[in-house]
Amino acid sequence: MPAAEAHAAPRSADPAAQPQSWHGIVLQTLKRNDIRIIPYVPDRVLTPLIRNLHADPFFTIFPAAREEEAVGIVSGAWMGGVRGAVLMQTSGFATLANVLASLAIPYQIPLIMFVSERGTLGEFNYGQSLVCRTMRPVLDSLAMEHHTITRLDELEFIADRSIKQAVTTQAPVALILSPLLTGGKVFDK
Amino acid sequence: MATAMRNTKVMNRFDLTSRLIAKLKHEEAVIGGIGNTNFDLWAAGHRPQNFYMLGSMGLAFPIALGVALAQPNRRVFALEGDGSLLMQLGSLTTIATLAPKNLTMVVMDNGIYQITGAQPTPAAGVADIVAIAAASGLADSAWAADEEDFERLVEQSLSTARPALIAVRIDDKPGVGTTRRDPVQIRERFMLGLGARQPL
Repeated sequence: MPAAEAHAAPRSADPAAQPQSWHGIVLQTLKRNDIRIIPYVPDRVLTPLIRNLHADPFFTIFPAAREEEAVGIVSGAWMGGVRGAVLMQTSGFATLANVLASLAIPYQIPLIMFVSERGTLGEFNYGQSLVCRTMRPVLDSLAMEHHTITRLDELEFIADRSIKQAVTTQAPVALILSPLLTGGKVFDK
Repeated sequence: MATAMRNTKVMNRFDLTSRLIAKLKHEEAVIGGIGNTNFDLWAAGHRPQNFYMLGSMGLAFPIALGVALAQPNRRVFALEGDGSLLMQLGSLTTIATLAPKNLTMVVMDNGIYQITGAQPTPAAGVADIVAIAAASGLADSAWAADEEDFERLVEQSLSTARPALIAVRIDDKPGVGTTRRDPVQIRERFMLGLGARQPL
């Protein structure tokens, strides 16, 4: 194996030749769309994205205590003229029905949410699998735009177009990052 | 701090809101929380830089934080009730960590959910909002002893490059006015007032 790794090493000398990671595509798509303020409630799967956003001075990224609080922050930022997005996991989305129905939708705020999907495709926590089932019915009951992203080759198209649609139509959007895209969380701690 | 709370004069929300608005000369943004805080903000006289929350209880401070981050050269005020703040105590730590230099938070503390029938909050009689704020990392947190002290604390916050929290004990009176519940127009006019967009 060491020999094989040594043989493969030159590949990394040219970053452009590397297939991009899902989190690299998300970061570049956020930046291209001038999304700067990113409060989050963390998720294991989101860790590389959160780390790389912290490392890039373009972004103002910080943890919030609750997802609802994060939605309030990016709503205020947008009204002040700066775009934001919220990162969370499935169980965090489940806390948002009230703020979606009373702030984001009626005030026509282009709330952009990235939701790391737990509760499916190998979930080991019964509670996570149950709360996951509430997510799409809540989105559908509010007639909100949402997409589940499963493929790396579709990620940039879906994320970029959805962000632009949210901004131009002044409507929230949820981008659900499937374990098929991210690998999900498969260990039990 | 508990002693300070007991010695604090019981004031009136509309009177204090009017006193605050009278001090604003530089198009400061003001976020009114759910219910009576934004009713009295409305009653104090609409300004293009006012935002009125119609739901999302507890989010006045987070919304104000977002505005403050987006427009660091504009002072942002947020008016929140004690019951509402209890919904989002964690937001105090977020604000303390980010330490925006242009955010002043006002907590109207009557110890009750006035608008739903004046039921006491779980904090009434046991918790001290200023102590909670200070322990959350907001060093510039203080009870206003009376109306003059409130005005002094507002002025002090205008010239301080740190987030400030001012708590006031208020009576059990309802809000004086009723905000026009038109969320799209509220948001649009707020954005125009902040210069975040231009009219068609």
